[in-house]
Amino acid sequence: MPRSILSKLVWLAIAVMGASAIGGIAIHRGEHINALWFIAAAAGTYLVAYRFYSAWICAKVLVLDETRATPAERFNNGRDFVPTNKWVAFGHHFAAIAGPGPLIGPTLAMQFGYLPGTLWILAGAVLGGCVQDMIIMFCSTRRDGRSLGQMARDELGPVGGWAALIGSLMIIVILIAVLGLVIVKAMKHSPWATATVLGTIPVAMLIGIYMRGIRPGRVLEGSIIGIALLLVCVWGGGVINGSESLKGYFDWNDMTCAWFVMIYGFAAAALPVWLLLAPRDYLSTFLKLGVVFMLAGAILILAPEVKMPPLTQFIDGTGPIFKGDLFPFVFITIACGAISGFHSLVSSGTTPKLLANEKEIRMIGYGSMALESFVAIMAVIAACVMEPGIYFAINSPPGVVGKEAADAVAKITSWGYPVTVEQMSALATEMGEKTLFGRVGGAPSLAVGMATIFSTTFGGKLLDMWYHFAIMFEVLFILTTLDAGTRVGRFMLQDLLKHVSKPLGDVSSYPATVVASAIFVAAWGYFLVQGVQDPLGGVNILWPLFGISNQLLAGIALTVATGILIKMGKLRYAWVTALPLTWLAIVCTTAAWQKVFSTNPAIGFLAGANDLAQKLAAGALPPEKVASAPALILGQRIDAALALLFAIILWIVIADMLRMTYRFLNGKQVQPLSEAPHSPTQLAWARD
Amino acid sequence: MSTPLGLPGNLREDLQKLWDFVREVSGDDAYERYLKRHAKVHPDLEPMTRQEFFKAEQDRKWDGVTRCC
Repeated sequence: MPRSILSKLVWLAIAVMGASAIGGIAIHRGEHINALWFIAAAAGTYLVAYRFYSAWICAKVLVLDETRATPAERFNNGRDFVPTNKWVAFGHHFAAIAGPGPLIGPTLAMQFGYLPGTLWILAGAVLGGCVQDMIIMFCSTRRDGRSLGQMARDELGPVGGWAALIGSLMIIVILIAVLGLVIVKAMKHSPWATATVLGTIPVAMLIGIYMRGIRPGRVLEGSIIGIALLLVCVWGGGVINGSESLKGYFDWNDMTCAWFVMIYGFAAAALPVWLLLAPRDYLSTFLKLGVVFMLAGAILILAPEVKMPPLTQFIDGTGPIFKGDLFPFVFITIACGAISGFHSLVSSGTTPKLLANEKEIRMIGYGSMALESFVAIMAVIAACVMEPGIYFAINSPPGVVGKEAADAVAKITSWGYPVTVEQMSALATEMGEKTLFGRVGGAPSLAVGMATIFSTTFGGKLLDMWYHFAIMFEVLFILTTLDAGTRVGRFMLQDLLKHVSKPLGDVSSYPATVVASAIFVAAWGYFLVQGVQDPLGGVNILWPLFGISNQLLAGIALTVATGILIKMGKLRYAWVTALPLTWLAIVCTTAAWQKVFSTNPAIGFLAGANDLAQKLAAGALPPEKVASAPALILGQRIDAALALLFAIILWIVIADMLRMTYRFLNGKQVQPLSEAPHSPTQLAWARD
Repeated sequence: MSTPLGLPGNLREDLQKLWDFVREVSGDDAYERYLKRHAKVHPDLEPMTRQEFFKAEQDRKWDGVTRCC
């Protein structure tokens, strides 16, 4: 008895700590608030939600059965189906879901102030994202580890299956384009960053050759050498930046950077995986985990003050980084970290093949997402510990605040966030950059935040090294997502193309690989170039499209999950997935509607295209903009069609699920549950 | 009986456990695990060499969605 009372008291204390920290953040006004409040609020929320909500879902809704053999046990082939230690499986799953998204989205969303983004990250994760990841993992585990697309086809029918396939393909195109844009904006006119990024390519290849031919399969050894070489690249970039004769070769404008990213993406997809993709993935995974834990440690030690106000005036939709009201755009801007549809592709198909026992779904599915959400909270802190004036100066595109430094600081100061030209140039010099103005995309401001935190924690020196280390870290794993995404996209495309032409669908044919890779790179390259040419910095166009597509995929996953719960006879618990689904449907539809039909040219794609067309016709455009205007006009119209398509796909899938539910509840015939029959587990250690 | 944490014997054990975990999660010991399993399941067949195994593994590993946004 005393033990259970003690446990209750501990949980009560955690709950009270979390609740009062959230309350503290929410009602705090005036003086700066310490970042530890955010950590306490996040830790309290995740712990309580994990202990109670996820346990309740597993016991009452999913009814996890630890006596049931998992696909990993039943199909154990020692390769993709392998019963794996739960911590190892957790590591693999977390490394797979944690990408650059939870770092970038929250950084951009801080233009509304820290409060809305933080609350959405916490609530979205524990009620939406974690639930989605866990339940999709459960559904796939009960279905021999099938993918989301296959489950949609089996459980809802061909309409759902097609929607999932098109949704997955489109999200990858938009995701890669927007990530490419982030890299471009971090590299443009920064010889140090460009030289470092270029240096990482031969390093990856060298490690690829090492792990393939010289010391086959020595993953740890190869990775340690690789990371040491990456640090040499950061230092070497600094040397090049310091040399007047060399730095000119690496001072690229944004279009050159965009071409570099496209050529690189094509090469990574067309070259064998072992040479570039696999070794880069090892390096970036180690670096990613290392930096995330280092950042958490540094924040705890440093306990920095948050200087951003809880709310800014930009909740009215006039923000400089992207346009649009708090609702729905904070929920679109922060997808990864709160709820990310992309995770359902890993939670189905990949991780279920590693699970030794069903009961581990709770820790691996729900727990990994809670940890990723925590990464998003750290990005919030890194963005908010800098002076808001500096945050806005880095992240506001020149098209909004003006090209000249003096204009930009005057405008930002007039919003109530004082910043001076001297302050900005001093900061740029400290970071080893010529200028930090207009470095949109989130990565540079995150790097400034991280560099400040790291440098202060470790003795207050070498800010420029830390900054470029942070840039290298971000670019490295963005490029990993870009490589892996282009490769997966190419497979999906070939899967579609085989209906048109058999030879093009052959994944083992090299010419078909090259053609399909080129088509896929051209698809995302189109959106990337559009983003680069956009006078408002590109983020305003591409990031909302990405958010909508990601939430669309989450909507499809939650719809499939809701359909399965209903067919399992769990109608009274179907709200567990139906509630986040309803919220996403509202958010996604509103955002898509506004992005298409808003009469504000900075928000609505159609209004934007018409506005530009009118100016072009009236000769009101400056001469340097005339050449790119027709492409931008067409581009915005394509964006409008795409946003509309996303919303329509979502509603088709939801309608399909509702149709099935109606038939099911009225005793009519529906697609039967495709769950594999129960077979008892033989793994003794799993029943400990 | 285990000694309290921090004593040399136990510390070495803990470090060994941590090292084994790091090797397994990174895939560093994949070949050793393959050999063990191979000896159990197909004792009559010749196992792949380290290099062959690593080649086969890499092609398989990159066949699906392995990285998110």
